[in-house]
Amino acid sequence: MFNINDILETINMISQDNLDIRTITMGISLRDCASEDYKVTCRKIYDKISKLAQNLVKTGEDIERDFGIPIINKRISVTPIAIIAEGCNTDDYAVFAHAMEKAAENVGVNFIGGFSALVHKGYTRGDKLLIKAIPEALSTTNRVCSSVNVATTKSGINMDAVKEMGEIIKECAERTRDRDAVACSKLVVFANVPEDNPFMAGAFHGVGEPECVINVGVSGPGVVAAALKNLNGGDFGTIAETIKKTAFKITRMGQLVAQEASSRLNVPFGIVDLSLAPTPAVGDSVARILELMGLERCGAHGTTAALALLNDAVKKGGVMASSYVGGLSGAFIPVSEDAGMIEAAMSGALTIEKLEAMTCVCSVGLDMIAIPGDTPASTISAIIADEAAIGVINSKTTAVRIIPVPGKKEGDVVEYGGLFGKAPIMRVNPFGSEEFIARGGRIPAPLQSLKN
Amino acid sequence: MKAVITVVGCDKIGIIASITAVLAKTQVNILDISQTIMQNIFTMVMLVDLSKLNCDFAHLGELLQEVGKELGVDIRLQREEIFTSMHRI
Repeated sequence: MFNINDILETINMISQDNLDIRTITMGISLRDCASEDYKVTCRKIYDKISKLAQNLVKTGEDIERDFGIPIINKRISVTPIAIIAEGCNTDDYAVFAHAMEKAAENVGVNFIGGFSALVHKGYTRGDKLLIKAIPEALSTTNRVCSSVNVATTKSGINMDAVKEMGEIIKECAERTRDRDAVACSKLVVFANVPEDNPFMAGAFHGVGEPECVINVGVSGPGVVAAALKNLNGGDFGTIAETIKKTAFKITRMGQLVAQEASSRLNVPFGIVDLSLAPTPAVGDSVARILELMGLERCGAHGTTAALALLNDAVKKGGVMASSYVGGLSGAFIPVSEDAGMIEAAMSGALTIEKLEAMTCVCSVGLDMIAIPGDTPASTISAIIADEAAIGVINSKTTAVRIIPVPGKKEGDVVEYGGLFGKAPIMRVNPFGSEEFIARGGRIPAPLQSLKN
Repeated sequence: MKAVITVVGCDKIGIIASITAVLAKTQVNILDISQTIMQNIFTMVMLVDLSKLNCDFAHLGELLQEVGKELGVDIRLQREEIFTSMHRI
């Protein structure tokens, strides 16, 4: 039979500790939508997404009701548009973003990812046109998300792309200056991007993926925090064990929901992403978990070690709970989306430099960080280059989602609302990197042995 | 299909009677009941069999919530799998 304490534990996780499924993301291949006439391509994109995802939102809601677990987002990721659009007779790729937006609106999802290009070793014509279209695409749509992969461990860092992305981010900010540069929150620059990530804004449907697939992202920083609170002391071995057990339980929810969604939609199950994704809600913060380990504030010395333990324990617990694990799988540290991070940044405990160190031991990177609007494009490119280097050398995914907010300076605060939260403008090192970024070319792929 | 009904709230007369009345009307069979008072809060967990349910799952959930409102307790209806998958390997 069942154990009353187990049942109450599950219910408390959901009702008090913000346990939820963060996203069910349907990956859709658009490879069969390419056509010479761009209007035909746009129509095919719209039709295919509308057909395959027509029941996505309703199925998500049904599962939510049957199991009593909130599913916060239902989303779609598609094949990188640069690949689909390349053969089309247009140089204006924003039209494809508009087709994606219309389809997303039609099926009722709040985000659609895949306005993307993979340029880690170099550009094709389509990649160039897509990147050029990003500011227009993101400033004239609400749901479309974009990502560009500029580096991999196997091919090194494309510094031409790094340079260009700094400029694109600035242009995105400028075009949405009346909305606090919101376009930048929908653009991620990656190194070693995963092809099955269900989380926005970096989701796309990789070229090795099947026709259509269901990927699920779990959450649950609040549940981990609550478990640590109940510990009352204990050494690091105890902390790691507690996190592992909790991560196992959280991930089992993800696995159940993924299997159920996959069978109800008749679409194969892809992966569960074992990420601890915070929200600005009280008690749903990754920073608080680190502080519960004994740090006065997230960002204090010791934070990187605490995060390394957390990230590793989440993976160890989660791996056994799911049959297929993938995506980003790790703790997220998006500053604006985490109440504890926001406080830490505002109190001066957390700096960009510390966040950079933290990205060495967790997924994903410098995420949702607002910086002064007058930060030069070359400095943003240099921030991207640093993150990419961390990813490339350590064979892990890293990313930059940074927002240079026009007219704002260090100490100001920008309110985005909802899951995006609020972002304190953080200090950026004032010394320039212009000459470094202007060089261009590629940083060669690193050695994979003699590691030190 | 099996489901778990949980009731959490202030103890009072008639909680079980009101809930079982709804279950009888909707042809739901009770397989197990366990209840306890934890920190002055009444907690009841009921395992039920829905194979003869004469309305849809969502409607049963709504009926139970109405009863919960009248009694001033929190009633949830959830498919059993969420608990078995979380707590059993």
